[in-house]
Amino acid sequence: MTTLRTTDTGDVVVEELLPAEVLPEHLASGAAARRAAIRQAAGRTLGRRRTATRASHVLCALSVGICLVPLVALLAYTTARGIHAINLGFFVHDPTPPGIPGGGIRNAIAGSVLIVGLGALMAIPIGIVAALFLLERRGRVATIVRFGADVLTGVPSIAMGIFAYALLVEPLGHFSALAGCFALAVLMLPIVIRASESAMASVPVDLREAALALGARRSRVARSVVLRGAMAGLVTGSLLAIARAVGETAPLLFTTSSDLFNLSPLQPTGSLPLTIYANGTQAFPEAQQIAWGTAFTLLVLVLLLSIAARIVAGRLARGSRWANSRSKR
Amino acid sequence: MTQDTVTSETQTEQPDMPTAVPTPDGAALDGATGSSPARPPRLSDPLPDTGNAVTLQGVGVSFGDHQVVRDVSFNLARNRVTALVGPSGCGKTTLLRAINRLHDDAGGTVSGSIRIGDLDVYAKDTQPELVRSRVGMVFQRPNPFPNMSIFENVVSGLRFNGVRSKTILREAAESALHHAALWELVKDRLHSPAGVLSGGQQQRLCIARALAVEPEVLLMDEPCSALDPIATAKIEELIARLAADVTVCLVTHNMFQARRVSHYTAVFLLGDDRRTGQLIEYGQTDHVFEVPMDLRTKAYVTGQMG
Repeated sequence: MTTLRTTDTGDVVVEELLPAEVLPEHLASGAAARRAAIRQAAGRTLGRRRTATRASHVLCALSVGICLVPLVALLAYTTARGIHAINLGFFVHDPTPPGIPGGGIRNAIAGSVLIVGLGALMAIPIGIVAALFLLERRGRVATIVRFGADVLTGVPSIAMGIFAYALLVEPLGHFSALAGCFALAVLMLPIVIRASESAMASVPVDLREAALALGARRSRVARSVVLRGAMAGLVTGSLLAIARAVGETAPLLFTTSSDLFNLSPLQPTGSLPLTIYANGTQAFPEAQQIAWGTAFTLLVLVLLLSIAARIVAGRLARGSRWANSRSKR
Repeated sequence: MTQDTVTSETQTEQPDMPTAVPTPDGAALDGATGSSPARPPRLSDPLPDTGNAVTLQGVGVSFGDHQVVRDVSFNLARNRVTALVGPSGCGKTTLLRAINRLHDDAGGTVSGSIRIGDLDVYAKDTQPELVRSRVGMVFQRPNPFPNMSIFENVVSGLRFNGVRSKTILREAAESALHHAALWELVKDRLHSPAGVLSGGQQQRLCIARALAVEPEVLLMDEPCSALDPIATAKIEELIARLAADVTVCLVTHNMFQARRVSHYTAVFLLGDDRRTGQLIEYGQTDHVFEVPMDLRTKAYVTGQMG
């Protein structure tokens, strides 16, 4: 291919667009030998590379196997110990005093739902909006908030508990569901923020710009494009945060502690993890049995939440896969 | 790189050329590629036969129950450029990726037979890595490894294939960069990150990277679709030159590009079920464009459909 160019003197010259480069003599003469050497190296190392590949496959399989051992063992053991405690009465009765047979964990289930539910109501909207802020407003404030969220992730949950104690239990003078759900909300917040931020960051800039170019305000873009596009990730992140919070014991120890059935946020309330703790530390076989039954219930609950998160994410993602990204094949 | 290597190539296989277009005067002139044609090459002059580098026989590719392309049979003539053209979604790229077994890890199933010289690509004991060491590939978007220098990029394929010798690495890199017409541009900054190059230069770097392994076949999947016209023209010029050393298979949406750079053209369209692509015409490029056998080809290459 050629192109025309006018020189300084006004002459028009024909020029090649991409001048061919002549291979220097020492490279040209060695070409055949080099080609043979490369072919040979590729062929010679093939077997070794295959062996290495197989070895790494074995190593990967082994690692996966080792990872699964504690998980499977935990599930199996808890199921084996806990399944005997499970019957309808276990879910609809309140606990009985020590020594009296029967009794259930209705109080704990209701309490956990109340505490985690309220906590989620506090943490999830705030977390998602905070994540949106982090994404839309890159700046010093955003950096500080992001760093804060990271630090918060690492704060031991017992510290959340004592913080909630100082803030809500001491002034009120008694334990309450509210104090517990506040502690859990603080615990969930960074998880929600981080998950939401990465979900929203994966919405392509193109889509954002397409909406802006159509005359949408930034707030409208955030609502109609970013939030909607990231919905699958937001739901997954929130459900995982809930799954995490429902099993937390430490923040509830000195914020909600009670055996009572209660639906008022301002009263002390039972909860699943505390029921396990309280019963599991007792010597009576009946109490032990209740602890295992509760542990099994809690495990199933968390499992269901995780499965729900996956299903919801799959459903939502199917509708909103970006048209021209061949991302995960 | 010399222009006349193609004619001196030993013919190892019988010609498998289409008999579509008659040769009125029967005189096979060297004019189409030769150095000094006696008269301007005419439409019907068939190109000198150079044998086949790749043979495809009844090739089909399916993903799950979706047959993407089926029953494709044609050959890639050695040291020629063969263009695969056709509308989006008719299986051109899918077929191209079958040649170097890129569907292996993506869940695609390939049926039929593909041979590269004496190598049966899908034989049970053929390792995909061996196939890929003999078949280079260039992708739609320039994709140099961002964390490697220009030099590291060019020799990466050699390293993957177990070449250790410093001398060979250095010489192969220089040689490949010469072939990609990039050496003069980068010789003083071989150790800069590949990201300092422009898009078109990055694509030439990717071509050099593929060439460094000394492949027999170079697969190019719309190599210019992310480039501007000048960079595109340069790549096209390069492709035309590369055919002296390597067999090129070029997927393109651009029919003008197919016309400009390819010797042979294979036209793909969707079949009657509207989801399975098939080969509807294969032949020498000027024949396909000037006197297509298939009405659909004619409609497509003249822009009435597609």
